[in-house]
Amino acid sequence: MAEPEPPAITELAEINGTSDSRDVLAHATVQAQQSYDDYFVVDIDAHVSEDHFWDEVLSLVDNDYWRDLGMTQFEGFGGKNALLNITPGMSQQSVGGRIGHQGRREPVAGVDGHPFVTAAGRGMDSMGLDYQVVFPSAMLLLGMHPQTEVEVALARAFNRWLTEVILPQDPRLKGMLYLPYNTPEACEELVERYADNDDIIGYTVCSTRNNPVHSDVYLRLYSLIQDSGKPLAFHSGYHWGDPSFAQLNRFLSMHALSFTHYNQIHVTNWIINAMPERFPTIKMLWVESGLAWIPFLMQRLDHEVLMRPSEAPGLTRLPSEYMKEMWYTTQPMERTDMELLEATMKSFNAETQLLYSSDWPHWDWDAPSTITNLPFLSEHAKRNILGLNAARLFNLPTERVKPSAASVLDARPGRS
Amino acid sequence: MSRREVTVASLAELHERGRIVVSIDGTELGLYSHAGEIRAWRNLCPHQGGPACQGKFLPRTIEVVDDAKRAAPGISSEHKSIVCPWHGFEFDVLTGRHVVDERVHLIAVPIRSQGDEVIVSI
Repeated sequence: MAEPEPPAITELAEINGTSDSRDVLAHATVQAQQSYDDYFVVDIDAHVSEDHFWDEVLSLVDNDYWRDLGMTQFEGFGGKNALLNITPGMSQQSVGGRIGHQGRREPVAGVDGHPFVTAAGRGMDSMGLDYQVVFPSAMLLLGMHPQTEVEVALARAFNRWLTEVILPQDPRLKGMLYLPYNTPEACEELVERYADNDDIIGYTVCSTRNNPVHSDVYLRLYSLIQDSGKPLAFHSGYHWGDPSFAQLNRFLSMHALSFTHYNQIHVTNWIINAMPERFPTIKMLWVESGLAWIPFLMQRLDHEVLMRPSEAPGLTRLPSEYMKEMWYTTQPMERTDMELLEATMKSFNAETQLLYSSDWPHWDWDAPSTITNLPFLSEHAKRNILGLNAARLFNLPTERVKPSAASVLDARPGRS
Repeated sequence: MSRREVTVASLAELHERGRIVVSIDGTELGLYSHAGEIRAWRNLCPHQGGPACQGKFLPRTIEVVDDAKRAAPGISSEHKSIVCPWHGFEFDVLTGRHVVDERVHLIAVPIRSQGDEVIVSI
């Protein structure tokens, strides 16, 4: 009898902030191969990590003064935080370095093309994504920047960098225009300037801010967006300087509450001031607040409106009915209680209104398997949430554009 | 399918390095040495299937409470955690259980030493 083959033993290295995305995500590629390789998958919220290329963005600032000040800061003490209102010592997302891909440095030596596009492509292939919509990261807090002209200058520069440098290099990457919402006329100018750009599939307001979304200063902006047919997304975030959150002593606590807080305020103002009646065809998308807040707010607002209809005179239906016509992204999807999650998804018709989002490469990202593994969803619902709802909302073609999971694993089987 | 025993490392090396992660014909597992004991866990996080054993292996963070009930975070000199690099789930290296919710745990792989050989059963 022949001797059995000796086992093939290979050592796997520690995964850290400089690991190749294909190695970090190799288990996700196996999940894709096993359960959703034939699905059309769109990731509505991934992050550019533009701070890694901040000098490229700063160089595109059109105001001579702010560009010079920004570059001086970049080359001096400010580095990748130049002009931004980030507090580096309070950026604790990586849990003391335990989660290395938050703020990672992708190894791209010898690879042609922009480093971000290379890293994004590896992430898309590894997770089995057809398209990925990229949002800013370091700019998520800009709504709280006290110098509103800085938000405008950085918004214009970022949008140029996104549309001129990044998106043209990979047709699978799409963008949502950053709107400097503290300055409505600048938002209008940007919406008009990029209206015909096919790589820009919507508009983003970073939710961490104190602007009332129903203010009359935004009415022309909303008309322009509604006429464009492209969605308006509110991407939530945090701000430890907000007085209520200053009570919290751990990033965990602040993150848990703030990401739901800002979008709850904006949805409340949007509905109670009858914006869905005044802009009936605008497509509203609420990003990165998870899902658990949605049924809470539906019930809470319905309850209040029934008792105090004179304070919401523009409504012809209950708030929950308007909320069922909005769109939401999945991540970070709370799923420690499947019964609650199932009820939550039923509450807002997730089968047609929910869009998968990874938030990659941020610390609390979700793989597509978080959807395919849900025991209560039909295959039809899973396909809708993972990609077909996004295709309908953003008018994306649904032909497969990603490589097979098998070919991704063949090319690089998760070594580190 | 029946299990087979595979020699994967030397005991001295495992004690010295503390953690070795290997793939054996595609089965990934982490070997650990801590407090004179050895363990092996599947390289698979129960949360989202991440490569749990390829993350940090570090002392557990503890809450230090003094006689007046004042609390502050500290670092354990006794317990070590396996930290999944995907999302930070932390598991005790000796029990494989999540440090807060014991119902969440890694999958154990039988491991023993014989002389200087570390042998796992997969």
